Amino acid sequence: MSSVIQIENLHYTYPGDDFESLKGVSLDIEKGSFVAVLGHNGSGKSTLAKHLNAILLPSEGTVKIDGIDTADEDRLLDVRRTVGMVFQNPDNQIVANVVEDDVAFAPENLGIEPAEIRQRVDNALKTVDMYEFKQHAPHLLSGGQKQRVAIAGVIAMQPEVIVLDEPTAMLDPKGRREVIDTVTKLCREKGITIVLITHHMAECINADRVVVMSNGVIVADGTPESVFSQVELMHGEGLAVPATTELMWQLNKEGFALDLNALSVCDCAREIAKEIG
Amino acid sequence: MSEIKVSCLCHVYSAGTPFEKVAIDGINIDIPHGQLVGLIGHTGSGKSTFIQHLNGLLKPSSGTVMVDGEDINADKTATKKARSKVGLVFQYPEYQLFEETVFADIAFGPKNMKLSDAEIDERVREAAAFVGVPEEQFDKSPLELSGGQKRRVAIAGVIAMRPGVLILDEPTAGLDPAGCEQILQNICDYREQTGSTVIIVSHSMDDVARIADRLVVFNRGEIRFDGTPEEVFSNPDELRSIGLAVPAPTELAMELRRIGVAVSGSIYTNEQLANALIKLKRGTE
Amino acid sequence: MLRDITLGQYFPGDTLAHRLDPRTKLILVIVYIVGLFNAVGWYSYGFVILITGACMAVSKIKPASAFKGLKPVIFIIVLTALLNIFYTDGTPIIEGWIITWEGIAKAVMMSVRIILLIVGTFLLTYTTSPIALTDGLESLLSPLKKLKVPVHDMSMMMSMALRFIPTLIEETDKIMSAQKARGADFETGSLMSRAKALLPILVPLFVSSFRRADELAVAMESRCYHGGEGRTRMKQLKMQGCDLAAMLLGAAFLAAIFIMKKYGF
Repeated sequence: MSSVIQIENLHYTYPGDDFESLKGVSLDIEKGSFVAVLGHNGSGKSTLAKHLNAILLPSEGTVKIDGIDTADEDRLLDVRRTVGMVFQNPDNQIVANVVEDDVAFAPENLGIEPAEIRQRVDNALKTVDMYEFKQHAPHLLSGGQKQRVAIAGVIAMQPEVIVLDEPTAMLDPKGRREVIDTVTKLCREKGITIVLITHHMAECINADRVVVMSNGVIVADGTPESVFSQVELMHGEGLAVPATTELMWQLNKEGFALDLNALSVCDCAREIAKEIG
Repeated sequence: MSEIKVSCLCHVYSAGTPFEKVAIDGINIDIPHGQLVGLIGHTGSGKSTFIQHLNGLLKPSSGTVMVDGEDINADKTATKKARSKVGLVFQYPEYQLFEETVFADIAFGPKNMKLSDAEIDERVREAAAFVGVPEEQFDKSPLELSGGQKRRVAIAGVIAMRPGVLILDEPTAGLDPAGCEQILQNICDYREQTGSTVIIVSHSMDDVARIADRLVVFNRGEIRFDGTPEEVFSNPDELRSIGLAVPAPTELAMELRRIGVAVSGSIYTNEQLANALIKLKRGTE
Repeated sequence: MLRDITLGQYFPGDTLAHRLDPRTKLILVIVYIVGLFNAVGWYSYGFVILITGACMAVSKIKPASAFKGLKPVIFIIVLTALLNIFYTDGTPIIEGWIITWEGIAKAVMMSVRIILLIVGTFLLTYTTSPIALTDGLESLLSPLKKLKVPVHDMSMMMSMALRFIPTLIEETDKIMSAQKARGADFETGSLMSRAKALLPILVPLFVSSFRRADELAVAMESRCYHGGEGRTRMKQLKMQGCDLAAMLLGAAFLAAIFIMKKYGF
């Protein structure tokens, strides 16, 4: 498998700051994979996300998208159409008063033929299950629906990668599920690479890979099972692990010998049943 | 001492227009002094409309709200009195900060109550201490603080009014796990030290179940369940059917029972489940 | 509640008036206003009222909702009427009174003119979505691009403003409730103290608007926005037969008004 994102020794300092927000991050992301990036507030995860479509440019090091250096100004639009971004607050990324006009915004910016825009908009709305709302006013939708419209707006650019920067932070559990189900489907069915920035552990369970950031560096990187089983490390970073892992870890301290790789409720129950017999 | 009695409360938005919507319908509830109540329901269940009735921000379409035996909608003075007795912290309260300094912002509520400067000073310091805002930050602009710190300042601004009832709407929304834990701890400490009634509105079962004495579940403008966490979580299927998740430990306990591990007792925290399992294991050895 | 305010609201529908090209409707509104201000006598006023009524019927707007929009300007209408009644020279209705027959006639005419002006322009916003309206404006003003007037940027700003009106109203509502919960009082006190009481609303509203603007700018750039150059539109404006017909009717309306003006009707 080839890498669609290649980050090498990325350093970044915000203008006016006297400390680095990113202190040498190197990361390759495979095409078609679902990667979750975890970290507490201020760990640098959002700063990293903003480097993936050239909103921020590295102070040092390089970021390559499909082989294109994000610092190459002439290729800016190519980078941005390859990597779509969805942000935390759905209200602040919807630009039009009508759902379908909003989804059309990116393709319009790219100068695509009207007939093709129409087709892309309809397809994108169908993909996120919002087609019947295409004539609605966005401010009357629920949080989860707004985020799905935002995702459709990105899909209409036909990107290879979608980066979601805490897309569920402002949603209720139902909205959260809608968004996570949608991105999982995009990855598994359409082969779009997903980079999901979050601090909700439960959202990472579907991911192929979890990257944990702290103070501007990567401190853990692996499958969800292998990362979450490092309970002490996660606690040290101010992050929770899934409640089931937490329980098994507590039990192990009491003399159980449970395999912390069991993540789902079913697996976890089976593991405990084995132990108790 | 503050006690809330709500009877037959209904609220209809935009009555008489095509946009008419019944938000809450026939709510009856008594909340005795000193209880910690978790109010649970998904978006649109009517829980936010309900809490805005408790301090008179919204007027009932029908029904009454009594605080300490007084109808808070009887006249303007009664409503005003209710505003200082029942403190309401809205969702994302950090967006309401406006003063030049942290101190002045926390002092806004007490100032509106026309208290003396000395009294205001004392209350601001006390409220700041409760939520862990250090005094060094008093002269800073609230805008310079981080998101979590701003939220503390905003909560302190309501606590400084020394309300007998403190209501918080989604106090942990958007915070990282460490931030959530800290705010919940602050709230528990506050209740312990002041003995106030506390109502936490949330859509997260796990967090609230751990600390609440009583859970009230809203669905479609009505109270669906009202009882101790044990009682409420003994209806997992119904909770799921109205779109609410049961806490992960409860779910795991159910799965364990299904595959033949007989964990006993009501379980909604990791601690309870761990204890039950340890007992089982020691029993089998 | 602030939510109940109607701000030149759009009522979705599928009438002939809804289907007209926004440019046609914009031009027709200008024609209407020019006509209204050139109506001099009672007959021409009657004619304009008739036409306005016909337009309302075509767009299926209920008179009640059209007049609802007049509420905020009732004060202005009454004031204009009073000024005209008291400050017009002519024959007093009773010897020695300041009120004249001419004054009453003028007051009625002025009030009718203001009402017609507002109802007429409301017909435009009731039947045209804000986006279509800004698109229409951009297209009509596009010749100004040659004079280096940033027409695209202006229309983009306008449509963003329209997009954020409901969001900001909702936000204002929330902030007001939050400050009321902290004992803020917006209803009583002197004018000065009431103005001061607005600070706790305005400051947070400004702060959040700037934050929103920042985030919106990043979101737009992320979706490849780079100004109007090379931009296409999904919904293209197209003039059709009915637009031509509407324009012709507009021209006929204007001609009729000017003929009536010439003969003093």
